[in-house]
Amino acid sequence: MDPKIKMDALYVPSPDVVAREIEGELILVPITSGIGDLEDELFTLNETGRDIWEKMDGKRSPRAIAAELAAEYSAVPGEIEEDVRGLLEELLKRRIVVEGGGR
Amino acid sequence: MPVKSPYARKVRASSSSLWRRKGPRLVRLDVELTERCNNDCIHCYINLPANDEKARGRELSAAEIKRILGEAADLGCLTVRFTGGEPLLRPDFEEIYVAARNLGMGAVLFTNACLLNPKLADLLKRIPPLRRIEVSVYGMTRASYERVSRAKGSFKSAWRGIRLLQDRGIPFIVKGALLPPNKEERPDFENWTSSIPWMDGPPSYSMFYDLHCRRDREKSRSIARLRIDPKEAARELAGNPRKRAGFMEFVSKFSEAPGNDLFTCGAGSKTACLDAYGILYPCIMLRSPGAAYDLRNGSLKEALDGHFSRLREKKASRPEYLERCARCFLKGLCEQCPARSWIENGALDLPVEYFCDVAHALARELGLLEPGEQGWEIADGEERVGGRTNPAKKGNLHGRAEKECPGT
Repeated sequence: MDPKIKMDALYVPSPDVVAREIEGELILVPITSGIGDLEDELFTLNETGRDIWEKMDGKRSPRAIAAELAAEYSAVPGEIEEDVRGLLEELLKRRIVVEGGGR
Repeated sequence: MPVKSPYARKVRASSSSLWRRKGPRLVRLDVELTERCNNDCIHCYINLPANDEKARGRELSAAEIKRILGEAADLGCLTVRFTGGEPLLRPDFEEIYVAARNLGMGAVLFTNACLLNPKLADLLKRIPPLRRIEVSVYGMTRASYERVSRAKGSFKSAWRGIRLLQDRGIPFIVKGALLPPNKEERPDFENWTSSIPWMDGPPSYSMFYDLHCRRDREKSRSIARLRIDPKEAARELAGNPRKRAGFMEFVSKFSEAPGNDLFTCGAGSKTACLDAYGILYPCIMLRSPGAAYDLRNGSLKEALDGHFSRLREKKASRPEYLERCARCFLKGLCEQCPARSWIENGALDLPVEYFCDVAHALARELGLLEPGEQGWEIADGEERVGGRTNPAKKGNLHGRAEKECPGT
């Protein structure tokens, strides 16, 4: 079963992933095995995904990230929360993010 | 496993769809970690003895290589291709490999697999290269393999190394070399390669054999004797309807004569090759002194934006080239390029007779030329190939399939 995001927990990028900004793309490159599905698979995030990624600093919970984004985008907080949850669950099940933080 | 979130997508590193804009300044860096090799293959142009202390003493240190890899990463490079010689001869290979991966680059490893050991295989499993390892295999029996490699015990070592990869499920592909000692084993070889899950199809074969790229005449002469006959090459490349159809589709797009443009591939533009001693070249093959850029006294960015950029603007001027290659509608079928021209003739812009013969034999096999016709004399080349050349996509066989050209 896929892991679920806890909206009040803290998450950080996995130390086994390198995030690279190249030509305007944020590219997540797995370093250790078991992160992608194929041998040469990378992940990229669009601008909204990147905003979520950059706020995921181990100090802000998914709920706090969603609240900040809702204010920045003038959006409905509930919808943004679902978007944050959806992205983080995708990243969590691939071990691109891990639970932790409090740094 | 699909990505459900609209904010993330997964893409293969080799896919051009990764980029919404023009892509990174440097797509791939080739790194010749050493010119030394544990084998002494009869067809190889870069195999100094493994114990060549003079060569070893001149090689870049791991620290220097890591500095250059850092520059490559800063230029957006996503792939580093470790080659040699045999890259695993370096005792610091693991350190260099891990550094590249920690910079967020995928690694292609060209190897004969002989020097793989359980510790290194475990590392490749734990920190995967993200690209398939490319293993050259020279024979299916000890006798044939070692007649090519000229290294006692290499057959056993190579198969032990391959088993280390297989046992761990580390993705690799196998490449062959069609040579007199192993030609007869081809069915056995292909039967075996068909069982390797990461192969996309039959193995690719070296058969044209590039001569010594620093123009060692004695070495070049011995390599040239191993080259496949042009007519046999044509049958090999286009000898059945499926292969012919593939070639015809290709030439219908790339039949345009190049005019006086010298560089029609990406060498020195999006890719470059670092030799074992710190000199950067536009590609693995091109070793003319004028193409060299010393990275011990400069930067990758300066090399790409300055030296190589100026080099790529050079135009062909020699009459033989302008009379033949510049006007030839078969240029897309021809392996002639500035690197091979320099290797074989000592100048960037001369026809290479062997590759010209191969291209013409191939064109006759495809029905594009009548006996006695020369490609540069044909005025209706575009009609013959039944296509329309896309001027934005000039290219040749090198651009068709990366693995067919070691240079780009």
